[in-house]
Amino acid sequence: MKILIKDGQLIDPSQEINEVRNLLLSDGKINGYPSDTKELEMDSSVQVIDASGKVVSPGFIDLHVHLREPGFEHKETIRTGCLAAAAGGFTSVVCMPNTNPVNDNASVTEYILLKARTEGVVNVFPVGAITKGQKGQALAEIGEMREAGCVAISDDGRPVMNSRVMRHAMEYAKAFELPVISHAEDLNLSSDGVMNDGFTSTILGLRGIPNASEEIIVARDITLGELTGTHLHIAHVSTAGAVRLIRDAKKRGVKVTGEATPHHFTLNDKAVLNYDTSTKVNPPIRSREDMEAIREGLKDGVLDIIATDHAPHTEDEKKVEFDLAPFGISGLETALPLALRLVEDRILTLTELIRKLTFNPAQIIIRSNRGTLKPGAPADVVIFDPNKTVKVDRDKFFSKGRNTPFHGWRLSGQILYTIVGGEIVFSA
Amino acid sequence: MVFEQKHILGLEELSSDEIRLILDTAESMKEVSERDVKKVPALKGVTVVNLFFEPSTRTRASFEIAEKRLSADVLNFTPTESSVVKGETLLDTARNLEAMGASVIVIRHSMSGAPWLLARELSSSIVNAGDGFHEHPSQALLDLFTVREIKKEISGLKIVIVGDILHSRVARSNIWGFIKLGAEVRVVGPPTMIPRDIEKVDVKVHYNIENALEGVDIVMMLRLQKERQESGLFPSLREYSRFYGLTRERLGLAKADVIVMHPGPINRGVELSSEVADDMHSVILNQVSNGIAVRMAMLYLVASGGGSG
Ligand SMILES: [Zn+2]
Repeated sequence: MKILIKDGQLIDPSQEINEVRNLLLSDGKINGYPSDTKELEMDSSVQVIDASGKVVSPGFIDLHVHLREPGFEHKETIRTGCLAAAAGGFTSVVCMPNTNPVNDNASVTEYILLKARTEGVVNVFPVGAITKGQKGQALAEIGEMREAGCVAISDDGRPVMNSRVMRHAMEYAKAFELPVISHAEDLNLSSDGVMNDGFTSTILGLRGIPNASEEIIVARDITLGELTGTHLHIAHVSTAGAVRLIRDAKKRGVKVTGEATPHHFTLNDKAVLNYDTSTKVNPPIRSREDMEAIREGLKDGVLDIIATDHAPHTEDEKKVEFDLAPFGISGLETALPLALRLVEDRILTLTELIRKLTFNPAQIIIRSNRGTLKPGAPADVVIFDPNKTVKVDRDKFFSKGRNTPFHGWRLSGQILYTIVGGEIVFSA
Repeated sequence: MVFEQKHILGLEELSSDEIRLILDTAESMKEVSERDVKKVPALKGVTVVNLFFEPSTRTRASFEIAEKRLSADVLNFTPTESSVVKGETLLDTARNLEAMGASVIVIRHSMSGAPWLLARELSSSIVNAGDGFHEHPSQALLDLFTVREIKKEISGLKIVIVGDILHSRVARSNIWGFIKLGAEVRVVGPPTMIPRDIEKVDVKVHYNIENALEGVDIVMMLRLQKERQESGLFPSLREYSRFYGLTRERLGLAKADVIVMHPGPINRGVELSSEVADDMHSVILNQVSNGIAVRMAMLYLVASGGGSG
């Protein structure tokens, strides 16, 4: 099976390509860039896609999704999560371990990978828990999870509060070359907070989560990163202070990378003003100054990647009092159009944006030949129209999670084709 | 002027004209309350539900009397622990009440924003009888009404609100109300109980009660919840009352004709010394009958004006 993608604007930051080129996929791999396509076009076994005026790039890689399976299949399954990823242009997703049971041992990892192989349509790379049951105490069997296929460790959602445990986890992870992903939150300081701590929480009478709650743990984990030399990846950076801490650490040569989500670089906490629970997310949507700092961090490279923190919940779970609603935004299917606003606002060039969605995440976690269109690499490709206006319609989501604060927004950017291993898994 | 609001969710959403309209309407309602036959047919055939998720005998009774004086059909619904345990959501409960014919729902809830959820999802008019730390509009309107009755004009007055501002819906509603009607508002309390960035709504923040009391026309004392001590917001009741309690001596710093208010019930010897508590009795009693008049005005305006028309 061959696919010829003709006349597209090929953007591959891994090779600094940004020009009109043909792309040939065969046997699940990138074959090359044929300039003369006459023969191929006459070959009935070759599927030809006309991509003129469209962007062709490596498939996106999302380092932060919650697929909810096993345990919370009413919110999402590996199948629906993968379909949502494909619709969003993602060919690989990295799924967090806060399932039930927690992905804290090789058998759960194997279960996820088996499900992904049989029911998923995109590549799924699991993250193993740092501690057993994500309880923050005893180390999980990190080595065996690595053997089973985990690509990083994290206690996302329930961060490790004990600094000694975190130190040992970071030391131990080094033996297996696994990066440690930190959901940076001081749970004592967050307490029962439900939104950003500031003027808006004061007006709404909602309990606030201060910026310091994130920054204290970012500072701690950077310090432990210096102590241990382990690659530290800070998930969903939401505050100006956290950006500053990562910037300083990078200058000192600490092995740290940072991630921003579309909701944190698009919204500020005024979005919560009518108690809309679709805006309830952890870390919370912060002030306008924080949002600007996230954008600045993306621009100057302090924040290396864009990830969605896709966290689906059912409508019933979200249609309750703000205090009772679960944290999380369903993000896979709105990521590209929201990210393209960074290009429109001249924060990033299109190439820089694609780098943060492809090559950079591949470099951080999956030490493999993904996130690139180099010949021989897996044929994971996305074709999109950056200028086509779309109206976000949560009722058309593939994800079971309709919990988006962007419903009804008019945005530019439509995914046309998502190709995984040479197979078309989504087409508009 | 016509009242355009379908709901009364908070004083933040109301314009100064709308607040004045409620207060003016409450004056007429107070006249009704002083007649021999204290009943008008204004809400005849209208079903009003009192949906109280938090126990509050005073506020609920006040709403109920107000509803009956307006000839509404009244349904009291006090969800028990068991119905919450059964897993019925707030929205389900409220939808059932609406299906029974309710067109106005008066809701009291321990979580901020609960009335907003109902306003968004239901077709009834929603009256907020207190939500979490957010707003308590009927209490603030009652306070404004009482102050206006005594002082005639609110504009230009200086008011200080003392105590746990952070966890107080009474404080938030009063701040909006007094600012919108032209008063100067100060708050004072331990910094652990002053909400972030409150000064952005044109409120002066003090940490020292003597400074805060200087020259004020109104002192509004908030009730101190003892569980705030357990969460570490202040060290002891003794220390709190020493630094933030209202004594006769401290009250001497205010204007001679100062009014002291308290949404009750009072912790004697904590927020107020006993002597101050005794002095202020007359205002408290006055507030009971004013409370009924203000709530009559609120119900009348949302049920007969605005969206539900
Ligand atoms: Zn997280």
